[in-house]
Amino acid sequence: MADAEGQVIVGLEVHCQLDTKSKLFCGCSTDYRSDGPNTHVCPICLGLPGAMPALNRMAIEFAMKVAKALNCEIINEAEFSRKNYFYPDLDKAYQITQYDKPLALGGYLEIEGDGGGEKKVRLTRIHVEEDPGRLLHMGNAERGKYSLVDYNRAGIPLIEIVSEPDMRSPKEARKFLNKLRATLEYLSVFDSEKEGSLRVDANISIKGSERVEVKNITSYKGVEKALTFEVTRQKNLIRRGQKIDRETRHYLEARGITQSARSKEQEHDYRYFPEPDLRPLRVKSWLDNIVLPELPDARRERFIAQYGCSPSHARTLTGELKLANFFEQVVRGDPSGLSPLAATWIADTLIGELNYRDMSLDLVDPAAMIGLVQLLKSGTITDKSGVEILRVILDQRHKGEATETPDAIVKRLDLGKAPSDDTALLPVINEVIAENPKAVEDYRHGIDASGNFLVGQAMKKTRGKSDPKVLYQLFSKVVRTKEV
Amino acid sequence: MARHTIPFEPDDPCHSFLTTCTPAEYGDGPLAGVAVAVKDNISTKGIETTCASKILKGYIPPYDAHVVGLLRSAGAAIVGKTNMDEFGMGTTTENSAFGPTLNPCDPSRVPGGSSGGSAAAVAAGMVRMALGSDTGGSIRCPAAFCGIVGLKPSYGRVSRYGLIAYSNSLEQIGPLGKTVQDISTLMGVIAGYDRHDSTSQDRPYRHTPAADIKGLKIGIPEEYFGRGVDPHVADVVRKAIARLEECGATTVPCSIPSMEYALAAYYVTCTSEASSNLARFDGVRYGPPPDTRKPWHDAFQEVRRAGFGAEVRRRILLGTFALSSGYYGKYYAKAQVARENVREDFNRIFHDVDVIAGPTMPTIAFKLKEKTDPLSMYLADILTVPANLAGIPSISVPCGSSEGMPVGLQIMGRMFEDERVVDVAYAYEQAVN
Repeated sequence: MADAEGQVIVGLEVHCQLDTKSKLFCGCSTDYRSDGPNTHVCPICLGLPGAMPALNRMAIEFAMKVAKALNCEIINEAEFSRKNYFYPDLDKAYQITQYDKPLALGGYLEIEGDGGGEKKVRLTRIHVEEDPGRLLHMGNAERGKYSLVDYNRAGIPLIEIVSEPDMRSPKEARKFLNKLRATLEYLSVFDSEKEGSLRVDANISIKGSERVEVKNITSYKGVEKALTFEVTRQKNLIRRGQKIDRETRHYLEARGITQSARSKEQEHDYRYFPEPDLRPLRVKSWLDNIVLPELPDARRERFIAQYGCSPSHARTLTGELKLANFFEQVVRGDPSGLSPLAATWIADTLIGELNYRDMSLDLVDPAAMIGLVQLLKSGTITDKSGVEILRVILDQRHKGEATETPDAIVKRLDLGKAPSDDTALLPVINEVIAENPKAVEDYRHGIDASGNFLVGQAMKKTRGKSDPKVLYQLFSKVVRTKEV
Repeated sequence: MARHTIPFEPDDPCHSFLTTCTPAEYGDGPLAGVAVAVKDNISTKGIETTCASKILKGYIPPYDAHVVGLLRSAGAAIVGKTNMDEFGMGTTTENSAFGPTLNPCDPSRVPGGSSGGSAAAVAAGMVRMALGSDTGGSIRCPAAFCGIVGLKPSYGRVSRYGLIAYSNSLEQIGPLGKTVQDISTLMGVIAGYDRHDSTSQDRPYRHTPAADIKGLKIGIPEEYFGRGVDPHVADVVRKAIARLEECGATTVPCSIPSMEYALAAYYVTCTSEASSNLARFDGVRYGPPPDTRKPWHDAFQEVRRAGFGAEVRRRILLGTFALSSGYYGKYYAKAQVARENVREDFNRIFHDVDVIAGPTMPTIAFKLKEKTDPLSMYLADILTVPANLAGIPSISVPCGSSEGMPVGLQIMGRMFEDERVVDVAYAYEQAVN
């Protein structure tokens, strides 16, 4: 179906660092992030005169795994090329990349489309290239004193995955990225938690206008933000009858805006030509030996079938490798059929609490989650107490304090469900009724919100330990009785 | 490993060396104590390596080229680094930023290039053997001009790791020496696979030269005796080939029609690759530092303008143009087609003959400053570049003189048949001595 005038059209170019042990063309370790600058370097990745690249086979295997998982075709004879440009962080003044003979062509990735249901985003190509070094600017941004170069990153293997312009909103772009990240992690070729491991350039246009390239997006959230900013900017220009220039813009993460790149940066002639120091890549036959692990879509279907997860919970849980593994650790340790409950508590509550604390799932002990879900299932605690216990556990972990089991927390904070027999709760009910005559009156006249308010007041008095359902029944009974 | 030293404080009236190592260390092995000179574009750990360019003045590599490591393990004494045309770009060694090398046979003449310092050092008797590099004749030309032996090995037989690249797809490191035997010995040390050079081949050289060439078929390409070739030089070479016939070889006339485009294909390829290879000399990591107070692009321009000589700048500009968008298909891609044609011509000829022989250079060594026009200088490479375009082995062996200056006989062989060209050169050398 043809897009209507005004439709947002997005294509992405995603650069991912492959999580190999050594760099793409030399033996230097890629594990540089906790070390000082220029400590993981050699004549090759420093671009010293006379040094030559020697290809890391593992990087090609990793890239081919990705190509296979994304349904691409490996071409018969791929080739490396030089992309020539001057920049202080580029050790050889050219980047070894792939140009007209990339490793893989075509392919697709399925995402949850904005219209609901699965949507295929087609891929153009996947190619392998080396990362350049990094510049560190000293002084402030306006008046830099000088810049230093760190070549630790130079030569880290990257794959660039180029999509077709198949996404129709910033949200779909974000979903594409999340799905891609999950797929790469399932393949064990990518570590999304390493700083700078992902960089995105996005092409965005409004149907009927010129295309704009947004460069320099370095986070998952950044993609949606940068594109949302662009949609607004471009639509405003169109509304005012102005033309959209075909240009390159940079995303400024801190300010959440895009800014036009200097015209000089847009006029590059990269003078590509085949890298004479490397042989053509005839690796198609390696495909036969590549065995793919279970990928996100298959795992999602399995979670629905095996654990009775809701489709939406299954999607959330399988959307990150760690989360999916965590869920399976929890339900494996608990054979008593609590899976749907565990899915809800992990996909909804736990994720929310972790995000709130900007905390990693790594810090959460699956055993604690098992304990918590068991307490909930057995009716020992209320949902409200469950949240409270979870918060205590997370706070303790977050602060690095000694941790307690959910059972211990229940005891210490006396969170066991209050006895639900009338005799124990009646005094509380009567107290609330006495304190809130207006609400009681309203409730009596059929205003439900007032009933909820009364239950809330009673919950407060029992510090959340009572079962709200029981409280509600009691209220209705007592109020009705008093009427008589 | 035992370390010994030899003093190396030679007179160097011809300015063969840019750096000498005094004393020079050596170890045990087949070349124990043999003084070897190394062209200044081959990286030597701890020894300044400049490519005869101001832009690398003061650069001391932290690593050895693969061949230098092999030399050291074989016990050789690396006695110094030899002068050359800046980055290998020239045919006379006059393009050195540090002054020209003179021809030991006649100091008013050039030694040839670009490995002129290595050839002069051998010819003057300062060292027994030397390493050079040959992109379009840079070993064979100075060998011919100085009256010594020089071999350009088959592409891939000697690792290029550590050779400061001028034109990766064309160049090879190779030996220069007084005798074919020395060439063969040095080749035995430096040839073989190196995992650091993806274009290197697992074809070690284990060969003792043999002078028996009975039944050998030699192709004589008409183009090597045609227009532009000094008739006196052609005569000397013809006599040398007649000598080979006396030793039992037969000659077959042949033709390499693709030679019409060889020089153009060569210069488009080498300048294109050079424009990319030489882009890294920006002053950030080595060489004279840029002015950090200026914007980086201005600082880079200053460093490069001040650091590169005129010929290097000319070739960088030519290559940059040839690779530009819109011109790539017209120049670089076309040059690769021409190159393929040269290869096919050689394959066809080698179907019928074992080697091809002709002059190494069309003339004897030029007078210093005789060639001022770059184009006429480029034409001097016409007989040597075909072997680089095809990747085949080619040797130059002294075969007499013209006007009192040495003339070189060039023998080209099939891909990876370096041993055979060595044998033919050896047969000639044995026959005349």
